[in-house]
Amino acid sequence: MRNPIEVVGGIFLGVMKDMVSILALFFNTIAWIFLGPFKGKAASRQSIFQQMVFAGVQSVIIVFFISMFTGIVIAMQSAYQLKQLGAVIYVAAMVSISMARELGPVFTALVVAGRVGSAIAAELGTMKVSEQIEALETLALDPVRFLVVPRFLALVVMMPVLTLIADAMGVVGGMIVGVFNLQLNVYRYITFTFEFLTWKDVWTGLIKSIAFGVAIAMISCYVGLRTGGGAEGVGKSTTLSVVISFIIVIFIDVILTGLFYFSQV
Amino acid sequence: MLQTDDKEVVVEVTDLVKEFAGRRVLNGINMKIYRGETFVIMGGSGCGKSTLLRHVIGNIKPTSGRVKLLGTDITDLVEEQLDDVRKKIGMSFQSSALFDSMNVGENVSLPLREHTKLDKTVIDIMVKMKLELVGLRGFENLMPSEISGGMKKRVGLARAIAMDPQIIFYDEPTAGLDPIMSAVIDKLIIDLSKKLSITSVVVTHDMKSVMTIADRIAMLYEGRVLEIGTPVEIKRSKNEIVQQFINGSFDGPIKFFQEKDDYLEQLTK
Repeated sequence: MRNPIEVVGGIFLGVMKDMVSILALFFNTIAWIFLGPFKGKAASRQSIFQQMVFAGVQSVIIVFFISMFTGIVIAMQSAYQLKQLGAVIYVAAMVSISMARELGPVFTALVVAGRVGSAIAAELGTMKVSEQIEALETLALDPVRFLVVPRFLALVVMMPVLTLIADAMGVVGGMIVGVFNLQLNVYRYITFTFEFLTWKDVWTGLIKSIAFGVAIAMISCYVGLRTGGGAEGVGKSTTLSVVISFIIVIFIDVILTGLFYFSQV
Repeated sequence: MLQTDDKEVVVEVTDLVKEFAGRRVLNGINMKIYRGETFVIMGGSGCGKSTLLRHVIGNIKPTSGRVKLLGTDITDLVEEQLDDVRKKIGMSFQSSALFDSMNVGENVSLPLREHTKLDKTVIDIMVKMKLELVGLRGFENLMPSEISGGMKKRVGLARAIAMDPQIIFYDEPTAGLDPIMSAVIDKLIIDLSKKLSITSVVVTHDMKSVMTIADRIAMLYEGRVLEIGTPVEIKRSKNEIVQQFINGSFDGPIKFFQEKDDYLEQLTK
């Protein structure tokens, strides 16, 4: 029987080591993005656009539907209470503010982590076990510049875009409930939405989405590049990247929400 | 026979030791490889030959000892510093390691596109030349998933020679290939050596291959070099382990029947 303190200590140290390594990967990536072009070694534009299409364009449909349904649900849940106060029009504000500040960025991040993050981990993991990463190194091509940078940039750019789409679709969802269920006027709904929604609600949500994008990119690339052990290893990496991304996204959400709303930023 | 006394040393391994989790995989390797020769490193599975190869190309760092590649001591160099010397070598991987997201032509032209400022039309011609050398003219637009294992190996080889390297390293070049394809690869290794004056370092345990292509052979066993010599010298070796290996006998000093405890002890030695 191993000493429980030893076990916990071991896990803790392991996690610390991984966090340091992910930070190292992050700084390496940033270095390549900003210093690479000066060495004549910018990341391939074609690669970046391909990744943007995969991460962003191909995620639009799922983000579209999830956000609309979320908007519908928020509207229905809050309408129940607001009706009793005779303030059903405030549903519009409830939906737009919750979406912009919280649910837009977070749900989009979870969708992207599940779809894009897992694909990145699987692809890089497969490359690792089939010696392709080693082949890149032997050809004097840096895997971070080649593989990580395009995926990182794609996520950092596409996450805020997808979040804005999510915010908008959430409002549409709320409006559907408002108009068909709550007998609200479309024009009034829209006006009310924007009357209460502040710019701060929107930009704090966007900052969150960028932070989530960075986290998802780093975690899935790191886990993918560390894969070992054949097909089973790739499967493990894929699952691991999603699970860790989910946890870290929520964690970052807690930190940033606290930062934005309790420090009067 | 190759005169080794006055030739340039392109790979030099000195007292190389490598430990993985307490187990000594390489236990004091010393070898010199000369320019222009085809040097074969052979040994049983798990004897450390692939690990040795990866030390020589700088992908692994030793526990102790030194590695010199093309005159540069690469033992302590980090990734970026290795770039210069890596551009002068090529490697053929056991699994061919072609990039799945690119087609054959893009795979072969990758080092040219990244490391040179050559025009696209010039690169296309060079790709055609390299594919012609490996007998795959016209295959540029196929994806790796659409070609056979033997073809993948040859494309990997074409990619390895794209930058006209001075040394090519082969990790089990004939593994998993049928006898005809194995003979084709052997011929390619010899051709490249003769036509392009390339030094070849081949890790393999395919005896037919070894005897066909080698100028000199190094036999590895349990992390040490048992013997180095020409094919003739190795065939005449008085070492029982070498003889068992080259004759492919299932029993001898390397036992068929092994006690489980002996095996486990050997693993952790």
